[in-house]
Amino acid sequence: MVAAVALIAFFAPEDADQGLSQKIFYFHVPIALTAYVCFGWGAWKGLLHLWKRRPGADLESYVAIHQGVIFGALTLVTGSIWAKISWGVWWAWSSNQLVLFLVLFLFYAAYFMLRFSVEPGPRRANLSAVYALFGVALIPVSFLAIRLANDFIHPTVFTSNGPQMSGRMFATFCISWAAILLLAATLYHVELAGKRLDSRLRELRELLA
Amino acid sequence: MTAAEKYVAAAYLVVFATVLAYVLIISLKLVRLEREVAELTELARARRTREREAAPVG
Repeated sequence: MVAAVALIAFFAPEDADQGLSQKIFYFHVPIALTAYVCFGWGAWKGLLHLWKRRPGADLESYVAIHQGVIFGALTLVTGSIWAKISWGVWWAWSSNQLVLFLVLFLFYAAYFMLRFSVEPGPRRANLSAVYALFGVALIPVSFLAIRLANDFIHPTVFTSNGPQMSGRMFATFCISWAAILLLAATLYHVELAGKRLDSRLRELRELLA
Repeated sequence: MTAAEKYVAAAYLVVFATVLAYVLIISLKLVRLEREVAELTELARARRTREREAAPVG
């Protein structure tokens, strides 16, 4: 993370069009992509739960979606700040990319309402897994909508001709994304370990009672 | 400080503050789990003592 911040500050050149505000890109886009990865990982774990009945897959799916919602919220906040500098508004309802990402975020935020409205047990795990799998269908829609709908407000940096930026900018972007992915993976494992420990301690308490 | 600089700093600060809050919540949870482990250890120790005392001597 330190290396990524140093590269953003000192190595990546300032954008000729947007100036300093473009530096938000190096965190905003990796955070958004990491949110997609987390939602995808949550859906994959949900599928493993339904398909192979793998023990622990439900908890892994829940933690991944929790991470995804946190990164999703960060995407919306950092994007909103960037929009305020570039477009002069905090939000643009006319942008498909923004609205679809908000829909995806709200869909996964509702996952927690569903999960905690059902008693713990196999029914909760099954319902949560099915919901996570439905949500993953929104990811390609959200990602491709801007390319299919010719969204003129939100910029498209990655096109079929490759990344529309200089080599130094792209290198900084890749390192930033690697740093954010590493952060997400670390937080995922720490949260998962905490939840597993919590559940084992509850079991131990029942055995000793 | 220009307006753009302020907004960029705010965006980075939001990310940093969120990660910090997350780490704080996890650390508070770890403290709670550590306390629970200590309680359960005490419970197990007390149970072993009771069992030894209840066991017939000789």
